[in-house]
Amino acid sequence: MDDFSTKAPPPTTPRKSWTFSDDVNSDIRRAAATGIYDIRGGGAKRRVPHFDDLLFLGASISRYPLEGYREKCDTRVTLGTRFAKKPIELDIPITIAGMSFGALSGPAKEALGRGATAAGTSTTTGDGGMTEEERGHSKKLVYQYLPSRYGMNPDDLRRCDAIEIVVGQGAKPGGGGMLLGQKISDRVAEMRNLPKGIDQRSACRHPDWTGPDDLEIKILELREITNWEKPIYIKIGGARPYFDTTLAIKAGADVIVLDGMQGGTAATQDVFIENVGQPTLACIRPAVQALQDMGMHRQVQLVISGGIRTGADVAKALALGADAVSIGTAALIALGDNDPRWEAEYNSLGTTAGAYDDWHEGHDPAGITTQNPELAARLDPIAAGRRLSNYLKVMTLEAQTIARACGKNHLHNLEPEDLCALTIEAAAMAGVPLAGTDWVPGAKGF
Amino acid sequence: MNLQTIDMAHVSLRELNTTLQKPEDASNATNWEVINSKGSHAIAVGLDAPIDVTIKGSTGYYCAGMNKQATIRVKGSAGPGVAENMMSGTVIIDGDASQYAGATGHGGLLVIKGNASSRCGISMKGIDIVVHGNIGHMSAFMAQSGNLVVLGDAGDALGDSLYEARLFVRGKVKSLGADCVEKEMRPEHIAILEDLLARSGADAKPEEFKRYGSARQLYNFHIDNASNY
Repeated sequence: MDDFSTKAPPPTTPRKSWTFSDDVNSDIRRAAATGIYDIRGGGAKRRVPHFDDLLFLGASISRYPLEGYREKCDTRVTLGTRFAKKPIELDIPITIAGMSFGALSGPAKEALGRGATAAGTSTTTGDGGMTEEERGHSKKLVYQYLPSRYGMNPDDLRRCDAIEIVVGQGAKPGGGGMLLGQKISDRVAEMRNLPKGIDQRSACRHPDWTGPDDLEIKILELREITNWEKPIYIKIGGARPYFDTTLAIKAGADVIVLDGMQGGTAATQDVFIENVGQPTLACIRPAVQALQDMGMHRQVQLVISGGIRTGADVAKALALGADAVSIGTAALIALGDNDPRWEAEYNSLGTTAGAYDDWHEGHDPAGITTQNPELAARLDPIAAGRRLSNYLKVMTLEAQTIARACGKNHLHNLEPEDLCALTIEAAAMAGVPLAGTDWVPGAKGF
Repeated sequence: MNLQTIDMAHVSLRELNTTLQKPEDASNATNWEVINSKGSHAIAVGLDAPIDVTIKGSTGYYCAGMNKQATIRVKGSAGPGVAENMMSGTVIIDGDASQYAGATGHGGLLVIKGNASSRCGISMKGIDIVVHGNIGHMSAFMAQSGNLVVLGDAGDALGDSLYEARLFVRGKVKSLGADCVEKEMRPEHIAILEDLLARSGADAKPEEFKRYGSARQLYNFHIDNASNY
């Protein structure tokens, strides 16, 4: 018989707290050491219900598929058909999201323009105005109209192809931005009418309108300045997608760009990125419902962004009712952002390829999120543009493959009925049945 | 020099702006007048020619928005956002101006002979604004560059978070915003004021004004300044 009183007890496995995880503890130590919150680029990194939680059903006895490589599956989309005299016609329903010169280098902006143009789609300016690199290499260029109005002028308004009034973005609905002083080169400072080297605050509200009634008049002014030619987009963050979409339609939008919380930013507080806004998946159906309730679905086009990575994501967003999608972070990765070839340099910055998000500091080894001329020179805009074009074409092929398997001869013919969900949460957010059931959680009448 | 009249009782806003944006297509006149404006929004926006436009009546939102080169006179009062994002030229309001007058303006001269409401000169980027009367709260918020001259009083939080804009006020300032301080009036500032007062038809002497500008303490974020925001 063992005498337990004289033996050491068997060891237990050290157990770390789920609540106080290593990540959380490191954040606490960082805050205690610095006295300031963490700022970073990118979108939400936490796991949220996403397109991965949806599956296409594919064709069966009740649906017949289209022949891959033989039967046509159209991908074209026209944006801005409601009021604009000159809507934007794109070959593919995947656009490049707004990212500023300032946040990105000149060669990176050129590469975005080159890649988008080669793939038959549009790119978008950002906070900081329009650069010649971007205008010159972008066949279709959307000009953002932001609260800061950095670089805003009527000549650029007239030489763009569409105007995007930015009300919010998914990474920070309700928040403005800050471009830290180290990224304010002479050229960036000149474009923004500010001294070199200071932190440049981008306001969270527009300076000359508040609310949807004012916005309607602001849109009138922009249309009058541009001869009613340009499609007017309104970009909103994923906060209250039903009401915001309704109000944007009422205000006179041609296109609504809806950005979920996985959508990136150049620089914002980590606590903001991770805790404000809704996942992209949760935003689409309320926005589509608003369009349908207003009788405007397909008349006012819906562009979805925030975590689009593959042709499957594109197909799922369109099946849920979007007309197109927009990519930002994925486009940067295609250009070369976070590439493991720079691993040693990422390590020297205290991070690793795939996790680098200090875009605001301007030390990007890949030469994309920087104004350092030596780093920026690392990015060949021609080669990077080709990579982006390749990536866009692959995404399009992937989406077509899925659409044909669902028997659709246009990506826009995908519909919620083609989908099921792997989780109850995704089923509720997407408004499609949980796999293996006919249960749509939260659907009326349940 | 002959005067062309556009009557908004019979001409739509679209026709009005199309004509004024390309005046050479309609006439070789350099002087235009607009009657029966009835407070319409977006009158005379996006002009880009050295013409003189007189609007006989009050205007709604964004009159003279993004103006370049033109001289636009409002013989009445102006609604919100008059001369917003103006690039060059001159805009003269005989009456009062509502909120956001001259917002984000990059250049040119905006003269308001009456009072201006809140947020006058918000985020201004090089425009010169002269207000003969008083201005409301939060004026010159985040003002980047240019000159704001006020012959009367200024409301609360003048120049909050401003950058390099110069603010000149003859009357009382109810309160200064974050990082806005009174500064020394040097000869170069007197010269700027003399010029702006003369060009705006203001009856005032430069020596009667005080100058305000940025203390530049908030230009780079520092945690010790967090309570100032």
